[in-house]
Amino acid sequence: MKGKVWKFGNDIDTDIILPGRYLIYTDEERLSEHCMEGLVSDFKSKVNAGDFILGGTNFGCGSSREHAPIAIKGCGISAVIAESFARIFYRNATNVGVPLLEAPGVSALIEDGEEIEVDMENGLIISESGKEIEFKKLPPFMLEILESGGLINYLKNQKNE
Amino acid sequence: MSTIAEKIFARASGNGEAEAGDIVMADIDIAMMHDLTGPLAVESFNKIGTEKVWDSSKIVIPFDHQVPADSLDSANNHILMRKFVKEQTIENFYDVKEGVCHQVLPEKGHVIPGTVIVGADSHTCTYGALGAFATGIGSTDMAMVLSTGQLWFKVPETIRFNVEGKLKENTSAKDVILNIIGQVGADGATYKSCEFAGETISEMNISDRMVLSNMAIEMGGKTGLIEPDGKTYDYLKDRVSGENRNRLKAFIEKSNLKSDLDSPSLEIMDIDVSELEPQIACPHNVDNVKPASELDVEIDQVFIGSCTNGRIEDLRDAARILKGNKIANELRMLVIPASKETYLKALDEGLIKIFVEAGALVSAPCCGPCLGGHTGLIGPDEVSLSTSNRNFKGRQGSPEGKVYLSSAKVAAQSAIEGRIAVPKEE
Ligand code: SF4
Repeated sequence: MKGKVWKFGNDIDTDIILPGRYLIYTDEERLSEHCMEGLVSDFKSKVNAGDFILGGTNFGCGSSREHAPIAIKGCGISAVIAESFARIFYRNATNVGVPLLEAPGVSALIEDGEEIEVDMENGLIISESGKEIEFKKLPPFMLEILESGGLINYLKNQKNE
Repeated sequence: MSTIAEKIFARASGNGEAEAGDIVMADIDIAMMHDLTGPLAVESFNKIGTEKVWDSSKIVIPFDHQVPADSLDSANNHILMRKFVKEQTIENFYDVKEGVCHQVLPEKGHVIPGTVIVGADSHTCTYGALGAFATGIGSTDMAMVLSTGQLWFKVPETIRFNVEGKLKENTSAKDVILNIIGQVGADGATYKSCEFAGETISEMNISDRMVLSNMAIEMGGKTGLIEPDGKTYDYLKDRVSGENRNRLKAFIEKSNLKSDLDSPSLEIMDIDVSELEPQIACPHNVDNVKPASELDVEIDQVFIGSCTNGRIEDLRDAARILKGNKIANELRMLVIPASKETYLKALDEGLIKIFVEAGALVSAPCCGPCLGGHTGLIGPDEVSLSTSNRNFKGRQGSPEGKVYLSSAKVAAQSAIEGRIAVPKEE
């Protein structure tokens, strides 16, 4: 996976990722139009498919709204990288098929706008200048969920097997 | 040598024992979703393709976030959920009139000590005040629960806040929890089960205990547990019926829902509240906590309500201060009782009259401006003082607005003065 980094700070909460007034929507398309809108206007149109979000500590804290990772997914973000994630967000993002990569120390090493590469198999983030940063590799069942595009598809696939 | 959380998962997993770090598949006793998170969960449930929910008597659906419907989109969401309730013969459905989910579930006797409750709402942790392991989950996890009645959990470690000391008259449970969150930080208890214990907690009524458990999530906690005791029993005894009555009795009689203090997965933090002053969470993070006396902040709107501080005890606190007074000119004040039961009590006790005479707007039970999705939004550069639980950027409307959080006592005093103010000690 290769893409540009959109860097944010610590404690990025789900109200920032997707404000409460848009919870009336359930579809990816409409939700993603409002993703991050308090911090970056028209975030979706600025992002290229495959880009990454980089957060600090406690990314995704706050409400249990699954609308937040869905909005991120709808923007075409390929993974969220952060120092640490809040618990409910971690489950939700995995369930909707957004990979979360936990890499303590990462925010000091990567700048906003940098082009990076992510090697899921070996758990490595490679910066523009060639720095290698490790992240906690995901267990096989989680990779399978992500590859299926989320928990629902994963469950369906299992039913059919 | 186990914590409350471990004891609950030992039962719910069917394994007879559970230790922090174990990944267990647990049976769910109650699943809750509301008008805002329900539609996504139902959509995911339909995608899995299961026809019938696992147990229509164990699902609770209250409408509270956008009630009455404030747009065509929310009206459509309500229609979708009502249809689901009918099709699946959901027994516990509370339409627009009943109140905020986290107040309605305990009131209606759905929360039994020792059970596992999941809700598609992060403040589900509130029910820990009655000794249930209750936690918020997303819509896809909820879809799995709806179809199987089970969900996987990592049994959490516990951080036990041992609270001692008598609270001053002008403070309350809200000041205790804001102070704790200020100390440990917004991620200070991530993945952990928070426990509130000690003399101060034993003295507290259920309403105050719910304030603490409610805000466990604001420090990243998975739940906020309090050992059930005689007060828990008294609160619930006339609210539960049938099988739950016997279960409640059994849990209280065995009285083993306590953490063993020598449990390896238990960490203890001592908190002394005897000198605690009224606390405020300042924008834009709940852990940005300062004593109210240090702040010099003018406000545009005061909101008393929500699942944190919209109960009858909060309304009484506020009315005591507002009685015979008027709120400041140019200030708007919203009072929203958390449930129908609270509303009726407030009417009986004459509290509503006090609020209206003071110049406040009183609305029917709902979440109100708490999540900025429905009524009472604030505009750019406006300042809200709110008794709810979150002050994130944009939480109550404009991202350029500011939200401060306080107890109902501080909110009432501040409404009179037009700025953040400390109520006198009576
Ligand atoms: S009152 Fe606020 S925090 Fe509580 S359930 Fe409603 S929106 Fe959520």
